[in-house]
Amino acid sequence: METSFTKLQLENRLTVLLKEIHTAPIISFWIWYRVGSRNEVAGLTGISHWVEHMLFKGTPQFPVGMLDKAISRDGGYWNAFTYLDWTTFFETLPADKIDLALRLEADRMVNSLFDTAEVAAERTVILSERQGSENEPLFLLGEELQAAAFRVHPYHHEVIGETCDLETIQQEDLYRHYRTFYTPRNAVVAVAGDFTTQAMLERIQELFGAIPAGEEIQQKIRPEPPQRGERRVTVEGPGETTYVQLAYRTPAGSSPDFYPLTLLDSLLTGPSSLNMFGSGISNKTSRLYRALVESELAVSVHGGLQATVDPYLYTITSIVRPERTAEAVIAAVDAEIQRLQEKPPSGDELYRAMKQARALFAYGSESITNQGFWLGFSEMFATYEWFLNYLDNLARVTPEDVQRVAQTYLRPQNRTLGVYLPTGDGRRAR
Amino acid sequence: MKTDRPSQRYSLPSPQDITRVQLANGIVILTRPNFNSPTVTISGYLEAGCLFDPDEKLGLADFTAAALMRGTRRRSFQQIYDALESVGASLGWEGGTHTTSFGGKALAEDLGLLLDLLAEVLREPAFPSDQVERLRAQLLASLAIRAQDTADMASITFDQVVYANHPYRRPEDGFPETVQAITREDLQEFHRRTYGPRGMVIAIVGAVEPTDAVEQVTRRLADWSNPEQPPVPQLPPVQPLQAVVQQKTVIPGKAQADLVMGAAGPPRRSPDYLAAALGNNILGQFGLMGRIGDALREKAGLAYYAHSSLAGGLGPGPWSISAGVSPENVEKAIKLIQQEIKRFVEEPVSAEELSDSQTNFIGRLPLSLETNSGVAGALINLERYELGLDYYQRYNELVRSVTVEDVLETARRYLHPERIGIGIAGP
Repeated sequence: METSFTKLQLENRLTVLLKEIHTAPIISFWIWYRVGSRNEVAGLTGISHWVEHMLFKGTPQFPVGMLDKAISRDGGYWNAFTYLDWTTFFETLPADKIDLALRLEADRMVNSLFDTAEVAAERTVILSERQGSENEPLFLLGEELQAAAFRVHPYHHEVIGETCDLETIQQEDLYRHYRTFYTPRNAVVAVAGDFTTQAMLERIQELFGAIPAGEEIQQKIRPEPPQRGERRVTVEGPGETTYVQLAYRTPAGSSPDFYPLTLLDSLLTGPSSLNMFGSGISNKTSRLYRALVESELAVSVHGGLQATVDPYLYTITSIVRPERTAEAVIAAVDAEIQRLQEKPPSGDELYRAMKQARALFAYGSESITNQGFWLGFSEMFATYEWFLNYLDNLARVTPEDVQRVAQTYLRPQNRTLGVYLPTGDGRRAR
Repeated sequence: MKTDRPSQRYSLPSPQDITRVQLANGIVILTRPNFNSPTVTISGYLEAGCLFDPDEKLGLADFTAAALMRGTRRRSFQQIYDALESVGASLGWEGGTHTTSFGGKALAEDLGLLLDLLAEVLREPAFPSDQVERLRAQLLASLAIRAQDTADMASITFDQVVYANHPYRRPEDGFPETVQAITREDLQEFHRRTYGPRGMVIAIVGAVEPTDAVEQVTRRLADWSNPEQPPVPQLPPVQPLQAVVQQKTVIPGKAQADLVMGAAGPPRRSPDYLAAALGNNILGQFGLMGRIGDALREKAGLAYYAHSSLAGGLGPGPWSISAGVSPENVEKAIKLIQQEIKRFVEEPVSAEELSDSQTNFIGRLPLSLETNSGVAGALINLERYELGLDYYQRYNELVRSVTVEDVLETARRYLHPERIGIGIAGP
């Protein structure tokens, strides 16, 4: 993979990262804002995601309906995501059409309309998005689990927000949130693809350079106090299937312990990639698959480790077999974790996990859109060097490091257990 | 100074860079090199799908496909996955309606290992009893989860309405009672009878020379034969509905309802396909989900998602509109969608709408070919739908030749506002 890139800051504090890739006539343009559910307070939960939706509702230059048509007309695809720590917008377009993305993003960073009628129409759309999520047992369980794991820190609530807040947030609230966080000072532009750095930089300077830097953001994010014992939540809901989640408090993405935790996750539940696009690989030889699925306690198990700004959660999720119990699954997970705490993994096992990580890294580099994603995403919790050195840093992890992080973080006192208990299937046809 | 930009040499897949070889036993190999990353993707299918499943054992093709990797005469389940996962490679199988498909990827240095496993599980699966039972439990759990998924159940309900007297009414993954009825012997028999080289297609895309790719497949599969391989099942015609037929699956306790409405659409090989695809783009895809998205999401604020889709496979797959709405808004959403279908079949789309969708189709083609799996999928489509290796060279012209009248006539042929099927699932 090509590793050279350019990083600089414009006078208005906008950070710009550029990476030339000349394998196909495609450019992927991303803009990242350091705002997400982490920046929300009670009463205004879900507001970052709602603001993201409002950026599709037009500016004087690109009225609602024009934006999407303009991008689609050129065959591009675009989307936006709001997460715990960030909100991002991207467009991938044929290289000769990318100027549209630059003009659009520079324009909607400052000129989005937030029309009152559009705010009202979007309220019901977002409530519908939330209802759709509520149909999913794992959403219902995950929401309770996060709330129990974070009593103080804003990771307490889901990105989509609480229904009561979605019913009462007003246009002024949304506009204030937009003006506060959508500024060059708080943004990162990341572009990957078939361009020359000098020309791209000049165009970014022309379009974004004159936008005022914006006020420094004065916001106190309340840190989560230490956890003093295991927490448990139960959710009851429709269906026949029991789900178990074990969520361990883990350090931020920039922590040196993130690398041994990545390999720990790989040993326990199979390798995960950092790719936003494309699929991973199977996990049937992982320790927990053998302990849970091969032993017929569960039908599946997966792990999730997120690179976040503040300490977040490492989550193990399992779907329990109908004739088994959540407690049996939890006991089997505990036994595997204890094995790792008592004895470091073999060098061969780590070597294997490294080869898997290298393969997943290579798959991700096929897509220019994915390369644009990495360029900006790594800047949200660390820097792009974090990403470029990712494989080297994983390779430095020793078996003892993995044992140590298992002992440090995967303690029952440091976790929240969640169980979704089905109330039965009352389905009938009409 | 480096002035040579490889992107200027970039081109769409064409007869110049696609190698197509057919082996004497029928297997078609398609390959196209890409040395930009050290990876390789394989993709393909066999002519063994759920059309061969007896009603009482529905899900047999899918169960067989999933069971291939559970053990061979030479290796156990854990040995198979140890070989694969140790090098970060993947290989998966899925039973569809017409075909069983496979896909995998690996670092280029491990292509041999990937093809070894592909050939071994394809030709010598052992279906070990303990693994079959473990897999059955997983399939049954998936069906229990499906029964709670409003989008899946709306789609199944829709198929039962629109394809009432047609094999397409049957879900490929079957029902709990039919999956329970499948024995290990059924899997062995399904494999023995329907799996064979005739009609098999494999595409290999990535950091491998074409001659090498062809040789590697030939070495492993050229001597495979199955004289008993049955002919491809013929589909009966779809009986069109005579009125609006609505059916609901009640799933208590859910917050939202999903609905699917529409009719049988043209197969991919039909001369109507491209006009239908462009029309469908206007109806429910272009921009933020086309006219449907505009009416339901943008104007009425009724739904987070509302779009149309055109299956366009080997047979008359659905041309349908889907949306997720509050239970109290289901009737309102249905009315709005009906209005849009009515407008779509009564008035021609505007010249601007058509031209926007045409440039969208042409512009997005290279983007869909960004990755090896994107290219592999494109090669598979060339073969499966007999499009010709020069299809992507002709694509621009084919798309541009569709007229506003073509879109209207095609829409009228397939969509009738007074005779559509509606499937709903929700509380």
